[in-house]
Amino acid sequence: MSLIKTHQLMKSYGIGEQTVHALDGVSVSIEQGEFVAIVGASGSGKSTFMNMLGCLDQPSSGSYDLGGEDVANMTTDELADLRNRRIGFIFQQFNLLARTSALENVALPLLYARVGPLAGLSKEQRYEHAKQRLEQVGLGERLLNTPAQLSGGQQQRVAIARALVNDPDLILADEPTGALDSKTSAEVMALLTQLNQQGMTVVVVTHESDVAAYASRTITFKDGKVIDDSPNKKVSSLGGLS
Amino acid sequence: MLGIIIGVAAVIVMIAVGSGAQARVKEQIAGLGSNLMILWAGSVTTAGVRGGSGTAQTLVEDDAWAVMNEIAEIQVAAPTQRGSGQIVWGNANWLASIVGTTPEYFEARDWGLVNGRLFEAGEMSGAGKVAIIGQTVARELFGDSDPVDQIIRVRGVPFTVIGLLERKGQSMMGQDQDDIVIIPLTTARNKIFGALQGRIGRVSSIFIKAKDGVDMKEAEDKVRILLRQRHRLTGNTPDDFSLRNLTEILQAQEAASKVMAILLAAVASVSLLVGGIGIMNIMLVSVTERTREIGLRLAVGARSKDILSQFLVEAITLSTIGGVLGILLGGLGTWLVAELAEWPVQLSVLSIVLAVGFSAVIGIFFGYYPARKASSMQPIQALRYE
Repeated sequence: MSLIKTHQLMKSYGIGEQTVHALDGVSVSIEQGEFVAIVGASGSGKSTFMNMLGCLDQPSSGSYDLGGEDVANMTTDELADLRNRRIGFIFQQFNLLARTSALENVALPLLYARVGPLAGLSKEQRYEHAKQRLEQVGLGERLLNTPAQLSGGQQQRVAIARALVNDPDLILADEPTGALDSKTSAEVMALLTQLNQQGMTVVVVTHESDVAAYASRTITFKDGKVIDDSPNKKVSSLGGLS
Repeated sequence: MLGIIIGVAAVIVMIAVGSGAQARVKEQIAGLGSNLMILWAGSVTTAGVRGGSGTAQTLVEDDAWAVMNEIAEIQVAAPTQRGSGQIVWGNANWLASIVGTTPEYFEARDWGLVNGRLFEAGEMSGAGKVAIIGQTVARELFGDSDPVDQIIRVRGVPFTVIGLLERKGQSMMGQDQDDIVIIPLTTARNKIFGALQGRIGRVSSIFIKAKDGVDMKEAEDKVRILLRQRHRLTGNTPDDFSLRNLTEILQAQEAASKVMAILLAAVASVSLLVGGIGIMNIMLVSVTERTREIGLRLAVGARSKDILSQFLVEAITLSTIGGVLGILLGGLGTWLVAELAEWPVQLSVLSIVLAVGFSAVIGIFFGYYPARKASSMQPIQALRYE
């Protein structure tokens, strides 16, 4: 069964008299365990599509089914719970809370967990869980550092740990390497690949072809439409690019 | 938080300094004798000719003690018997007012001595022949030499000068108030004016000083009612005495305290406004950062309600801690002003409540408002807010 299934997804903005279609009828299915790259030029609608997948924005029309739940008719509170339970986000600018330790940043989503096995944990339990995730991304030594005391690559790994902390079904990464140099980019992508090999569904939005090459499938956007959707010829392996 | 601390402290210090100034002005005006009133005996009418205030024998010494002891608003009352006579020392002589009174007189008139002492109890009861003289009398009789312990003759009776009064200057009507010799009331009655007077214990006037800060009108009414009772005046019988106050000074006092009250209100509102704007600015500067934070929290699963309660608690905590620190800083600042500028400051509870309340309202509003706005956005809008 598909984890993600969109049908004729539309998103329009009214700018003055004109109406701009950021998304123009996108129908895509993504299976459990896939590693998908979404590529396209600026303004092609790939980021908008990503926001729809992450329930960060509401479509103008069309339907979106995430793991059997119909997202289009949910209230904002239900959407918040859905994001908390099923989706882990990784942003280009990391979006960590400044003046807050790595551990607290990672534990943040657990604070808002309302349903499922992670709901209602005590503070100690939340921090213990967050600590395991930080160790998983190799930052077990840096629990109490604030973002300002971490390098860019370390900050992004904190963000990945945060995305993982709620045991989501899906990791959405929006230009995860956009603010990193090529060496740390490779480290971050290797980490995402490793997660995918452990069974996590990963969707990466990028405009860099070498980042897209880590994925097993590439969806190409142009003018709010999908113009190409094909498996990568070279199935990713860690050594594939180096 | 810094904004709240400084705002609260500024308001507290400004109001303390302002009300200190108000109190000092009030005190200085009170020093002019605004709470003084004078009771005069009524007049006698002989064959159609009315004699003027003080000619009738309607006031007695006991009236003064009754006023002083039975009316809470009255600080002190001094019965006086007034006349005039020739004062002689050696080969110099001078015509001066002679006032027979009690030691309360000096308190009632805020009149101190530059040299010597007041009457003692024995001199009051035993009609001691002692006198306290004013500056004008001293100058005319003694020139530059010290009058204390000298013997003068008042209407031919020898008196020892025991004290020299401070210079009081002229009264509002232009009378020289320093041209005076003050002697015990008993002495005046028995040895100076005694032969002329009929009724036992009669006095011509009573000087009455109300306590600081009491309503003069009310105090006057009480004195009038008490006197009418004591003199058994009922119904429409006219007063057999007259009660006067220093209306001019009273009016000046009222005007001054009005001006000071307006000034204080202006100072308080300006500092509240400035403090408020400071708080507002600091709160609004962090909106961009806070909005992104809210976007992230929404993205990882926070509901609007979670965001609102978190920010409300945060704003209240900040305002409370800031308010407390502001009170401490304001108290310190007030103390510094008092110490360094020797300014009579007055810390008031009202100013503290006002300052903290106002800052808290502004702090909470501007802490909460951006959160309300951001939490109603789509998460992606809040995340990308610039």
